[in-house]
Amino acid sequence: MSILPPGLSARQFARVLAEFEGIVGKDWVFSGDEDIAPYRDHFSMLKGQPDELIPAAAVCPADVAQVQAIVRVANRYRTPLFAISTGKNFAYGGPAPNVRGSITVDLKRMNRVLEIDEKRHFAVVEPGVSYMDLYRTIQERNLKVWVDTADVGWGGLLGNAMERGTGYTMGPYRDHFSAHCGMEVVLANGELLRTGMGALPGSQTWHEYRHGFGPDPAGLFAQGGFGIVVKMGFRLMPQPEHWRTGLVTVPKRRDLVPLIDTVNYLTDLFVIGEPLYASPLRILKDDAAFVKAAEAFDEAELDRLAAAHSLHAWQVELQFYGSERSTLANWEWAKELVMRNIPGAQCFDGESLRVPVTQEQIERTTRPYPAPYASQMRRNVMHGVPKLYVWWMPSRTEEFPNSWNESHVGLFSLVGRSGEAVLKAQRDFDAIARQHGIRPASLYAISTPVNWHQTTFLMGNGAFGSSTHNETTPEAKIAQLKVLREVLKANAAAGYGDYRAPPVLQDAVSDQYSFNDHVLRRFNETLKDAIDPNGILLPGRGGVWPRALRALRGALRK
Amino acid sequence: MNLRYGLWVSCIAVSPLCGVVAGAEDAAAVAAGKSVFQLRCAPCHGADRGGDPAHALLPGTDALRIKYQGKVPALLEQRTDLTAPVLHVFLRHGTWSMPPFRKTELSDADIDHIAAYLAVASHSTGR
Repeated sequence: MSILPPGLSARQFARVLAEFEGIVGKDWVFSGDEDIAPYRDHFSMLKGQPDELIPAAAVCPADVAQVQAIVRVANRYRTPLFAISTGKNFAYGGPAPNVRGSITVDLKRMNRVLEIDEKRHFAVVEPGVSYMDLYRTIQERNLKVWVDTADVGWGGLLGNAMERGTGYTMGPYRDHFSAHCGMEVVLANGELLRTGMGALPGSQTWHEYRHGFGPDPAGLFAQGGFGIVVKMGFRLMPQPEHWRTGLVTVPKRRDLVPLIDTVNYLTDLFVIGEPLYASPLRILKDDAAFVKAAEAFDEAELDRLAAAHSLHAWQVELQFYGSERSTLANWEWAKELVMRNIPGAQCFDGESLRVPVTQEQIERTTRPYPAPYASQMRRNVMHGVPKLYVWWMPSRTEEFPNSWNESHVGLFSLVGRSGEAVLKAQRDFDAIARQHGIRPASLYAISTPVNWHQTTFLMGNGAFGSSTHNETTPEAKIAQLKVLREVLKANAAAGYGDYRAPPVLQDAVSDQYSFNDHVLRRFNETLKDAIDPNGILLPGRGGVWPRALRALRGALRK
Repeated sequence: MNLRYGLWVSCIAVSPLCGVVAGAEDAAAVAAGKSVFQLRCAPCHGADRGGDPAHALLPGTDALRIKYQGKVPALLEQRTDLTAPVLHVFLRHGTWSMPPFRKTELSDADIDHIAAYLAVASHSTGR
């Protein structure tokens, strides 16, 4: 027991653990260094430092009643809890708490798929259910529904939704919090709350009409510490009959504006799934003349070089779900719109596959377009098949044969969903990176957004680009953290906010959302103090601090 | 880090098959280990490779391929040195980009079963 919860003596802590053992059994309370080790953030930039965010203990309930009992004990001792579901929130803190010395409530043992409705298209799961678990259950039952999976399939539906994580299929499904439909929550006093129609005893529509009547507090539980969600419904996408892709390329830099306008139109009519933007010019990244023009944002020269190399400036890959005929008709319509709106554009037919695709089709490299145009599609996530394929990102690779990304951190800024906004963000992020001495991971002039959440873009900025395999010493990691804080300030000054962050940076991101003297945060903290007066549930999560621990705001590496 | 490395080395040095032989003879343990391996390990350390050569679809297998350059098998199911004590160290502490696994994800018995399975699997591949 090398760490004590804040405010507790060793004797009090021992009593808390004894009470927890009485609730869940001795085998499911962990407090020794060895057992606590897996509850640390494997990618922490503070690893081994005195202020690393390590829990004091972990308690692992098997059911809702045990969660309620744990919360009541914590309230009596006023000791902070931090809840995890599958604990795989890597790049955003993993299983680590916001407050060092918290007691982690590990919900992984609550791993039942409670319901799958193939006709009404929803599933209800407990917190420990991973994307892989639900997918496997769907396959075993031969059901014709898809789960929109996060990139790394070992993550949990509930935890990912709580973090407002994302996927890749049609818009309403790939925004994972928005795809939720009803939740059951243990409140700070141990009471059990159901949101939406779940509040109506005997309701048949809990997982179809998530709003219920009156104010809906569901949003408070995402990226916040207002309760421990112990059951959650999710909308599932009905399995389509066919999947088709197509590639659009446009010749000039400014063609990005009508290209995004056209794709937005198709997206918001629910004609296409997630579009994947890229620049074919990235194959010129080692060409000195090109790099010079890109770093100078010399648009005329970039267009000249693109033409000289017979390349187009931008590409977007579209995907269509439906029947063979409907996907073909929609692709033909998309081509018609593109050719009408963007002179000089090109369209290439991509894949046309009957669904469900086979494992071999999932694994086969997709190269449907003429060189040099490459597909960005990772078929598994486009088909709701959870895998660990992208775990190469923090791993040893051919490019980095002797290192791994020890500071794997995700920071993405929200950018307006227009060509003008993207072109401006490229310049802004480039300037911010240069100002802070960050070596970009790629040329900003050809960086493109991701459309994970249907209605907005995210772009990795200088902060994300700085997280490389190279920062391996403790001193370098701390220096990196300092730079990230400065970058977040600069981003906010330029009007960019981040959608998600690891605990070590959540106060810095929360600071960005400062309209009217931080009224949003003050509102949330007023609620927090009323609902959780002892401040025991996930203090500091999302930048919301309870009165008892408010002095800790920004204290980490101040 | 030194403690972990030390424990790893001592397990290898003291008994290359410590904790495995008895389990390997237990068909139930091997079967359980195979099931857990396929569920929890194979998605990263499996044998089927595909995709873009620059970004293999099985990052664990690929990382070990790059690390060992053929001197040690990249596939865990071909390894003879992954005894239960070694697996306990790697799985509870993580190694490189592989994060640690909690007891709620993989029990101590699960890890022992995986070791039992790997011992049999490596023999069946003739290594």
